[in-house]
Amino acid sequence: MSTTADSLHLQPHEAHDAHHDADHKPGFFTRWFMSTNHKDIGTLYLIFAIVAGTLGGAISGIMRWELMEPGIQVLNHAWPIGSGTANFDEWTHHWNVLISAHALIMIFFTIMPAMMGGFGNWFVPLMIGAPDMAFPRMNNISFWLLVPSFILLLGSSFVSGGTGLGAGTGWTLYAPLSTSGSTGPAVDMVIFSMHLAGASSILGAINFITTIFNMRAPGMTLHKMPLFVWSVLVTAFLLLLSLPVLAGAITMLLTDRNFGTTFFDASGGGNVVLYQHLFWFFGHPEVYIMIIPGFGMISQVVATFSRKPVFGYLGMAYAMVAIGVIGFVVWAHHMFTTGMSVDEKMYFTAATMIIAVPTGVKIFSWIATMWGGSITFETPMLFAIGFIFLFTVGGVTGVVLANGGIDTYMQDTYYVVAHFHYVLSLGAIFAIFAGFYYWFAKMSGRMYNELLGKLHFFIMFVGVNIIFFPMHFLGLDGMPRRIPDYTPAFAYWNYVETVGYMITIAGVALFFVNLFWSLAAGKKAPANPWGEGATTLEWTLSSPPPFHQYSTLPKID
Amino acid sequence: MRLIGWAIALAAAGLTPAAAGAQAQAPSQNTNAAPAAATPPAGTAQDATKADAAQPAIVYGSVGHAAPTPGIGEPDGRKGIQTQVTPIGEEAAAFHNYWLLPLCALISAVVLALLLWSIVRFRRGANPTPSRNSHNTVIEVIWTLVPVLILVAIAIPSIRLLRHTYSPPPVDLTVKVTGHQWYWTYELPDYGVSFDSYMLKEANDPTRQANQRARTDADGPPLLAVDERLVIPQGKIVKFIITADDVIHSFAVPSFWIKQDANPGQLHETWAKVDRPGVYFGQCSELCGARHGFMPIAVEVTSAAKFAQWVVSKGGQMPGAKPAAPDSTAISPVSTASPGAAAALPPAASPNAAPSPAVKQPATGQAATAQN
Repeated sequence: MSTTADSLHLQPHEAHDAHHDADHKPGFFTRWFMSTNHKDIGTLYLIFAIVAGTLGGAISGIMRWELMEPGIQVLNHAWPIGSGTANFDEWTHHWNVLISAHALIMIFFTIMPAMMGGFGNWFVPLMIGAPDMAFPRMNNISFWLLVPSFILLLGSSFVSGGTGLGAGTGWTLYAPLSTSGSTGPAVDMVIFSMHLAGASSILGAINFITTIFNMRAPGMTLHKMPLFVWSVLVTAFLLLLSLPVLAGAITMLLTDRNFGTTFFDASGGGNVVLYQHLFWFFGHPEVYIMIIPGFGMISQVVATFSRKPVFGYLGMAYAMVAIGVIGFVVWAHHMFTTGMSVDEKMYFTAATMIIAVPTGVKIFSWIATMWGGSITFETPMLFAIGFIFLFTVGGVTGVVLANGGIDTYMQDTYYVVAHFHYVLSLGAIFAIFAGFYYWFAKMSGRMYNELLGKLHFFIMFVGVNIIFFPMHFLGLDGMPRRIPDYTPAFAYWNYVETVGYMITIAGVALFFVNLFWSLAAGKKAPANPWGEGATTLEWTLSSPPPFHQYSTLPKID
Repeated sequence: MRLIGWAIALAAAGLTPAAAGAQAQAPSQNTNAAPAAATPPAGTAQDATKADAAQPAIVYGSVGHAAPTPGIGEPDGRKGIQTQVTPIGEEAAAFHNYWLLPLCALISAVVLALLLWSIVRFRRGANPTPSRNSHNTVIEVIWTLVPVLILVAIAIPSIRLLRHTYSPPPVDLTVKVTGHQWYWTYELPDYGVSFDSYMLKEANDPTRQANQRARTDADGPPLLAVDERLVIPQGKIVKFIITADDVIHSFAVPSFWIKQDANPGQLHETWAKVDRPGVYFGQCSELCGARHGFMPIAVEVTSAAKFAQWVVSKGGQMPGAKPAAPDSTAISPVSTASPGAAAALPPAASPNAAPSPAVKQPATGQAATAQN
């Protein structure tokens, strides 16, 4: 589908580029602050995600420290680990600020920037044989919108959110806790932060869709695209269709808060549950936005290290499309306890369970890709195998939660926390690590340390399971989420989970050691370090790729 | 204007202390008529336990103060669902424990076994030449259809459970539950009983006021015990009508398999039938601000005789105690399936012939802020 116009347009530059090749780089400020190069913007996104993820992970450390024992023993400390005051309500408000910030940082500033902004920017053009993204300057503003967005979110924790400093509404910003329940500017800042992050993602999504539809190399038909590109395409559509709904919902929150409207206030004819419908119409596609690019990366990694093509390519691609489509019509399963009618519950139960079918196709196809392969177990493959199993565990608990009658018990307990951390913290994050180790050599030109990488995987695998598996027990025993203190019956598993957190950070520390050591002193990477299994176009380029690649478009047959 | 509308809404729902007398003749017909969230939380409920110095000494073991059974109606560190004491809870727990859970374990085990087998059998050392197979229509159809069949096998009992949950028998007793930041108000409109329920603080809690009763083990576990339990009779169909007057809360009693969000401006309902006398604990299950984790729920199930005793001790009257009072149970079988119908409280619910002084006590200090 790549048009002749594209190729013609590129011809005049070819001779020019050949002379300069990798040296054709602007100065430092222009390169990193006014960047229009998809690889540099991808790198910026990855750095941003690593910084934000470290912060989000540190916040979860404060939370696990507080939950290690019954009682309030951390929230009464100095800011930021506690409220820094002597008021009990401010301590517990600070808890709510921590849980809200943890979720928002991990979702909007870690997983989404890493997957779409980072790996999507880096590898979609490389994989489809395009010289860059379709709209390089829009790409730049996508990234730079995220920075003020993040600053607004962090800044909100320095201003009043009602009971104490910061927005303590949960990441869902449910009205009326986020309207009449939270005076002060903190929640307004979070709303503006979400507006900017949403605008950033919408622009990014437009860019990806345009790039993938218009800039594929000659012969690269849709059905020949690598699955990672398919996953980014599906995700871009989810972003494009769901984020405007979030923007509308939080704008209504903003006017309810500041301009006397009553969209979510019954005293003026509004409805508190309306906000939840709008939020989850965005929020459910959002969870697929966080995992579908991971599906794509896992497909690339499993095929590469099994040295086989992906099993059931078309089924894999259309399973993602199906998940994306069905993902838009199941939102109210997040709201089973809001008092909906029995017919609604039956519909959302049934619709939700249907998602298990395309998801099952993906799990089985990954295993079938390994089946008959000649598998080696480099770090990315370990993370991919870990992903497949742990995502399955998170998936089956998802089927449990899909049952409206069962969710009555599970809703807002740690069972739900366990479920979504299995699919996100152990699913999406494992996929990001798999992708990072897989493409590190391509991005940096240096090999990572395999021993440190493997140690990172095994320690983290053990650690995260010790954190999150006992959460199923706590949830079944009735422990509600979002509470800073608990009755002593929950003490044992909470203690165990905190130990799991300590193990996990030891693993993550190795990741950072590996990252900095490899950047400084890693072996120089060949164009294709993974051998015959790595068949996608990025491995035909040098590591790192030239500043401008594909001056002559590759031809795919 | 907003305040006027709100005041009308409050009056219509009969929730303010001032409107308590009007409660009987103002059954709300409109789900949106209940008070809406207009109350900023700042300054409310500085202490989650109300002063009880003026109240009679607690007699442990008496109705409202029965000893909880360890392991029943409260978390006990087990790795499974709490013991269920309602028919819906038993059905749902069985569905989970004997069908969903084994299925989950089986599917996870199959995936793990396939992965391990692939890892061992198809590692490079054991299988140096990879096969090139990438399609097998038969197996792809199988792994699409088998999950569909499994899901149908889950959906049938799941839909049945929903149907049972939404088809309660005729109601014997109605309890109105109102969530506040951060305590619960219980009203038994047919009996003229209304009171607030706060968490009991520990004896060594520095935020406990001198006149606040400290928790003892006879009250229940820490953070779950409350000063005033809701008492309901055993074996009766109890309908809970649930709302909130500030932000969203959620009324949850795990051992009853009940969880219903308390939405300001809406009335929703759920029901329970508990045969086993005992004390059952739950916690607010929707983030509602600073003390979300400190507004527990305690329901004591007791015999009909003790329930009557409790109603009287709370200043209420059993229907039948006065011949003039209509039989509430005859009016109660409201269509219970739809939340909208819930608004139709039984008319003439409270014995308005002789309004009891305790119909609605303006609770000390903190409650007043929450209601203005």
